[in-house]
Amino acid sequence: MLLVLTAVALVAGGVLAGVNEVTAPRIKKINADNLSKGIRTVMGSGNVQVASPEVKDGYEFYAVSDTDGQSVGTAVTTATQGFGGPLKVLVGFDSKGTILGYTILESAETPGLGAKANTWFQKGQKGDVIGKNPGECNLTVSKDGGCVDAITASTITSRAFLNAVQQAYNELYARYDSQTSATNVQSEKNDMKGGQDE
Amino acid sequence: MNNMRVLLNGIFKENPTFVLLLGMCPTLGTTSSAVNGLAMGLATMFVLVMSNLIISCIKNLIPDMVRIPSYIVIIASLVTVLQMLMQAYLPGIYTSLGLFIPLIVVNCIILGRAEAFAAKNGPLASIFDGIGIGTGFSMALTLLGAVRELLGTGVVFRSDDFGLAGIALQGESYGMLIFVLAPGAFLVLGYLIALFNKFVIKQQ
Repeated sequence: MLLVLTAVALVAGGVLAGVNEVTAPRIKKINADNLSKGIRTVMGSGNVQVASPEVKDGYEFYAVSDTDGQSVGTAVTTATQGFGGPLKVLVGFDSKGTILGYTILESAETPGLGAKANTWFQKGQKGDVIGKNPGECNLTVSKDGGCVDAITASTITSRAFLNAVQQAYNELYARYDSQTSATNVQSEKNDMKGGQDE
Repeated sequence: MNNMRVLLNGIFKENPTFVLLLGMCPTLGTTSSAVNGLAMGLATMFVLVMSNLIISCIKNLIPDMVRIPSYIVIIASLVTVLQMLMQAYLPGIYTSLGLFIPLIVVNCIILGRAEAFAAKNGPLASIFDGIGIGTGFSMALTLLGAVRELLGTGVVFRSDDFGLAGIALQGESYGMLIFVLAPGAFLVLGYLIALFNKFVIKQQ
């Protein structure tokens, strides 16, 4: 009896190890491909070089420059709690902190409602955030006094998404501040904080 | 019983969703759209056919007392294999269903068929039973998902992960949101069970 159960467990373990051995490199490659494709999408240009990531407090910063080595901006991965589970977003900022683009990396939002987040905030859509700067405009839903229209009937997802973008911006500038003490960046940051307290 | 009857039995007379009422958790949880329901049904069918086959082959080797733990180990391993294969070779479907795949382990249809059918029948009949029950489950989930998606959003078979635009049957702004949310799952399931029993089962 014990022997049979042990044998079953051993065979199962062996099969799993074998399949993992075969699939792990492919899964790793797919994830890496998705990320690099995502970075090119959010930076709005395919012709860029992506530096290896800097990881801090769960955020990943990818410094992006064009083919001449001129800095284009930074792509940041950021995560918050959405309506159905974690919401992981990749956002591209230019050097002034203006949003260049975003893509949803991971989400568990309700299909037909919160799942619309992957198109709703894109350029030309109702909740367009592209070209907005979290330091200049209050990046929350209009219900909370912000400058972005929430997804219809999905305020929680909208808040989670905007919060993720805002956090990415905050972290990005916190990082800049520790490197340089540029005054305009500092004042932008203060403006933004004022907006958040409302 | 011949194999064709075993197959049809799973789709109609013992439909896991509408008649046996097994596996209600994934049924209610994943059917917020027709494509999700279909994909969940097919993934479950794969595990069901494989577990039925393996269990019917080794049923005489496993002592009665450790039969349930052995079945669970086999089923859990199959689900993990499926998850890894999907992640590596079908990343589109995996992103859409990733959260629900591990739930197949606790789907009582699979353990139920292992106990009720595969442990008492030969490998070939067990495969047919897996296909039949799996098809019944997939059809039920797709139907449930389609009704909920249509009433909830006005579009059916929409999937951004596969780039399907869907079939718009009414304006998107006329969607009744409750059908996409959890209460809608119970409402639609209740009505579908009633209709299925009245029109499909009566005729048998």
